[in-house]
Order: sequence, then structure tokens, then C-alpha cells
Amino acid sequence: MSLSYAECTARERLALLLDAGSFHEWLPPSERLTSPHLAQLGVPCAFDDGVAIGRATLAGRTVFVAAQEGAFMGGGVGEVHGAKLVGLLQRALRDRPTAVLLLAESGGVRLHEANAGLIAVSEVMRSVLDVRAAGIPVITLIGGANGCFGGMGIVARCTDYIVMSDSGRLAMSGPEVIEASFGVEEFDSRDRALVWRTTGGKHRWLTGDCDELVEDDVQAFREAAICALSAAKPVTSALLETEHALLSARLRDMPPPSDDLDDAMALWQRLGVADAQRIPDIDVAAMHALRVATEAQR
Amino acid sequence: MKWNTLVTQLFGPFHGMREVGDFLQGEVLFEGELLTVIGTTNHASIGVRLALAQARVVLDTISQHPGRPILLLIDTQGQQLRRRDELLGINRAMAHLGMCIDLARRNGHRVIGLVYDQALSGGFITSGLIADACDALPEAEIRVMRIPAMARVTKLPEAMLTELSESNPVFAPGVGNYVAMGGVRALWEGNLQVALRAALSEATGEDRRARDGALRGGRKLAADVAQRVLNAA
Amino acid sequence: MSIPAGLEILDFSFPGQRIADTFAPVLVGVVGSGNLEVMLESAAGDDCTVRIETSARGFEPIWRAVLADFHERHPLGGIRISINDMGATPAVVGLRLGQAVAELPGASS
Repeated sequence: MSLSYAECTARERLALLLDAGSFHEWLPPSERLTSPHLAQLGVPCAFDDGVAIGRATLAGRTVFVAAQEGAFMGGGVGEVHGAKLVGLLQRALRDRPTAVLLLAESGGVRLHEANAGLIAVSEVMRSVLDVRAAGIPVITLIGGANGCFGGMGIVARCTDYIVMSDSGRLAMSGPEVIEASFGVEEFDSRDRALVWRTTGGKHRWLTGDCDELVEDDVQAFREAAICALSAAKPVTSALLETEHALLSARLRDMPPPSDDLDDAMALWQRLGVADAQRIPDIDVAAMHALRVATEAQR
Repeated sequence: MKWNTLVTQLFGPFHGMREVGDFLQGEVLFEGELLTVIGTTNHASIGVRLALAQARVVLDTISQHPGRPILLLIDTQGQQLRRRDELLGINRAMAHLGMCIDLARRNGHRVIGLVYDQALSGGFITSGLIADACDALPEAEIRVMRIPAMARVTKLPEAMLTELSESNPVFAPGVGNYVAMGGVRALWEGNLQVALRAALSEATGEDRRARDGALRGGRKLAADVAQRVLNAA
Repeated sequence: MSIPAGLEILDFSFPGQRIADTFAPVLVGVVGSGNLEVMLESAAGDDCTVRIETSARGFEPIWRAVLADFHERHPLGGIRISINDMGATPAVVGLRLGQAVAELPGASS
């Protein structure tokens, strides 16, 4: 029976995705490690500051895991939230689990904590790269309603492997922020189809910006995470040179804006997708069945 | 301070650095040692193109100049706010730049960031904040987001955010706050060459920022919370 | 424009029958708009104490009524209830309290 990953809370995802009953939480809500910065703005705290961290097993293998609660402050990273992630990653360096799983759902820096949040996100980024350099894969799962944006969108691309659902979104700036800066002609944030062609799971999978595409289903995320346990990709000069060539080619080959064809569809066509117009309508299984030139890019 | 004034004070009038669009780069001689300098100017908006241009120089330094220090000169308004950049994966391009700088560090290149005008958000995360340490000129400013956009996203009134930005260290953009919070290592006051020499000699591979934030009092919880995770049963 | 007065903190206490054993803390709900989280913890003594931190100021009488009604149906003791609230309706508050109690060991539905 299918269970929507997007509709689950962070804690429900942990309970359902990891091996049953295996999740042991560190710094649980009863320790009341809450934000020191929210009360002055009249905003209530969450006892876990919006992220649950701990140790669990996945298919019997020990994993460290963090799940961000998108409903609390949009999953934004504040001082304590960020420090929980950093602590988890530092502990992974010491204890060497099979992998670290980030169930990411975040707008990025928690604006209500401004400077503290910005520094926190960069500390998370540094810790992720430390763990990756130690050969422990860091796997990001993206499928929440709030997507993975801002500084967390950068952090996600610093991890070894990203699993996205077709309803997930991964980007830097939210459409509303772009629309507010440059107008609705630049980005109509209420055009859902446009938002998903620009930032959604199918687009990111076609361009190789995520490594696996799944249905919005907890079991599908679980299976993809299990496959990703062996997907460590240490950062080397060779890896970065390959990445640089890929990104440079994509920039160079991006078709100029055209009235005849939407930017995203033009890009997919350039990547070798046979029937770009149909992409928004086909399901995940059909996406996987496509023979596309992007295979070579992953 | 204009980048040319800064660079001339640091490396003399024949520094050889050039500006192309908003992108700065050069190879400079400092106290007998060559440094790679890359950076941005004109409060640059970092799009995919500019992120890749910077990454290219970092990768070339790694492959061609083992051990050479890298200086990042930062003046940015953050990521480019364009739909095409999002389509092309600006978050991926910025992560790529960040990973190039981080690899340089791990390969033994000292990487020093200097905010000489302003730094925002993603533009700062993938430059100064991923260096060995980030310093700043005293008059520089660092922000997460401009107040009007912040008001729209948070639903907090602009007037309230403006008042907080003047009085509250968590919101105020002055780099003194970032020093107190551990995000910035030190301010370059007085002789700039002395400051650069100190930055190069004090660069370590360790992320000291949470510890500095606790010691200096601006960010009291982060180091403690991370340590508690390490100690948890 | 002044910074808002901040959260309202409300404290209540009800006499009750102590739950036999201590239990691991229970958490339900999330702190989103129109929602709340409720944490139940074992406490010393026989009372049921409740602390609410809420961004929706000025609703003490309603909280008192909802909690009194809840306590009548679940006369718990030796328990501490902690709530972070972002403007939930009484119906949602009642729902979360009920969900929390249902997760207590030995809870009857």
C-alpha cells in the first residue's frame, strides 16, 4: 500500500523508512534544546528545533540519520538545528556508520536567526565534506512539500547521492523571491507546472542534478536509500574536473530563449530526450524507461 | 574600498590583477611567495557562469601550483535571481565552486577569504565560509537577505526587521557581529599587509567557528550542542 | 514599530491520580501555523502540570476550558504536559492531547 512521503512528518518518515523500531534519537525533545532566538520575535519554539537526529539501521546496516521537519519554520536551519546536524556528522567521523542519511526538507537559512543561521549552514556544509572525505557516503532524500532550497540546496549537492521524488523540489532561490525581484515575467511563482519544470524531481533527474527518481512513496525512498548505501563518491580533482566539464557544457549548450519552446523542454531536448513535451505527464516508471543521452552524464 | 585600491595596498601597483565583468583574478607576489587571487566586484550577482569561472581558477591552481595559497576577495549580492540560473542548477554550480575551494584546502593550499565590501547568502557560503578562515575589512557588511525580501518571506514587518538590524547581533549586518559569532576570524584594521601575513600564517585546516562563537560570546549554543551529540548515549 | 511582546506563557495545574510507572516522553504534533506540539513526561507528585508557550496571545480562558475538559476525561497525575502552540483551534488542541494520551503505555482508547 502506497504511503505519501510528502505527507508524512519528519518523525513519521524516520519511523517508516528505517528498519522498524531501530531509530535511537540523540538530543530528543525532552532535552529541550530549543532556539534562543525565536521568543524575541514572538515565535514559538519546537522542542527538537525542527530536526530529529540519531542512529538507526537500514537493511540491517548502521546509519546515522537526520530528518528536517518542514512544517516548523519551513525547515529553516537555525543555530541549534544546524549544530545538531554538525554534531551528527562529526559523530559519524568518529563512529564510522555505513552512511549518513539526510531527510532534507528546508528553505535554507532560517531567516528568523539570520546571521546565526547563515554560519550554521556553512558549518553543516564543511562537516558534510569532512564525512564525504572520510569515505562515508552522505545520502540526501528530497521529497517534502517545502522542497530543499537555499543553503540546503547547496549542501545537498555537496553530498554523495541525492534521491528525489517527482514531487520534490531542489533549487537555490524560491520562485517567490525571484518573482519579487524581477517580476512575474521572469518567474511566475504561481505557475506550478513551470516551478516543477524548473526545480522538480523529473527535471533534476534528467539533468543529473539528482541521482535517483522515485514515486512519492516512503517504501520507494527506503529502497533507493538502501541502494545508495554503497554509492560513496570521494571528492577528487578528477571528479571535480568531470563535474566542471559537465556544467560548462550545459551552460554552453543551453538553447537561447525561444517563443516556440519552453526553456526546460528545450534543455531536455538538447539532452537527448525524445518527447520533451510529454515529460510532465508521464510517471516515474516511464521516466526510467526513457533512453536518454543523460545516462552518460551520471 | 575599491578592489584596485585594496590590491595595490597589498601587492603594489604592478599587481597584474585584472577585472573581466565582475570577475577578478590574478597571480600576485606577496613576501616572496606567489598567491592565486580570485574574487568578485561590483556587488556581483553570482550566476552559473561566474561560479564556474571562479571554480576554473581554483581547479587550475590545484593541478598546476601545488601548495600555493589562494586569496578570495569577496564583494557579492549573493546568487543570481534568475529562472534560467535555477533551471541550469545554480545550487549545483555553487556547490561545485565550494567543493573546489574545499578540495584546495584538503590538498594543502591555504585558502583565505576577505569580505572587502559586502557578502550575501549563497555568495558567501560558497566563498568565504568554505575557506580556511574568512576575514573582513571593518566597513564590510554580511547579510542573509535584503530586508524587503526577508519581510515577504518571514511575514515579519519591514520596520521590525530594520529595527532588529540596528540593535540585534543576530540581524545586524556589521562584520563585528560576525566576528563575535565566529563566522569571521578577524578584521583587517591598520596595515593590510600585516593582516594578510597573519591570516596566512594562522590558517589551519580545522573549523574553529563554533568554538570562536562560544569563546567570543556571540553564538553560545552551537559548539555545546554539537559536543552533546558526540557525548550522547 | 516596537518588537512584539513575545510569546504568552500559561501555566495550569490539576490534581490527578498518579500513573503507576514512569514512562518515556511522548511527543505528538508539529509547531506549524494553526498547529501545536504536545509533550508528555513523567513527573514527581500526583498533579498534572501544564505549560503552554503560544504565539496566539489572550486565550487563557479557552485554554483553561479545554484543559479542564481534557482532565475530566483523562484524570492523569504525576505527569507534565508541555505545549508549543502556533494558533491551533481548540479542536486541534483537543485532538493532539488525545493523540498524546493514546501513546502512553497502558492507554485505553
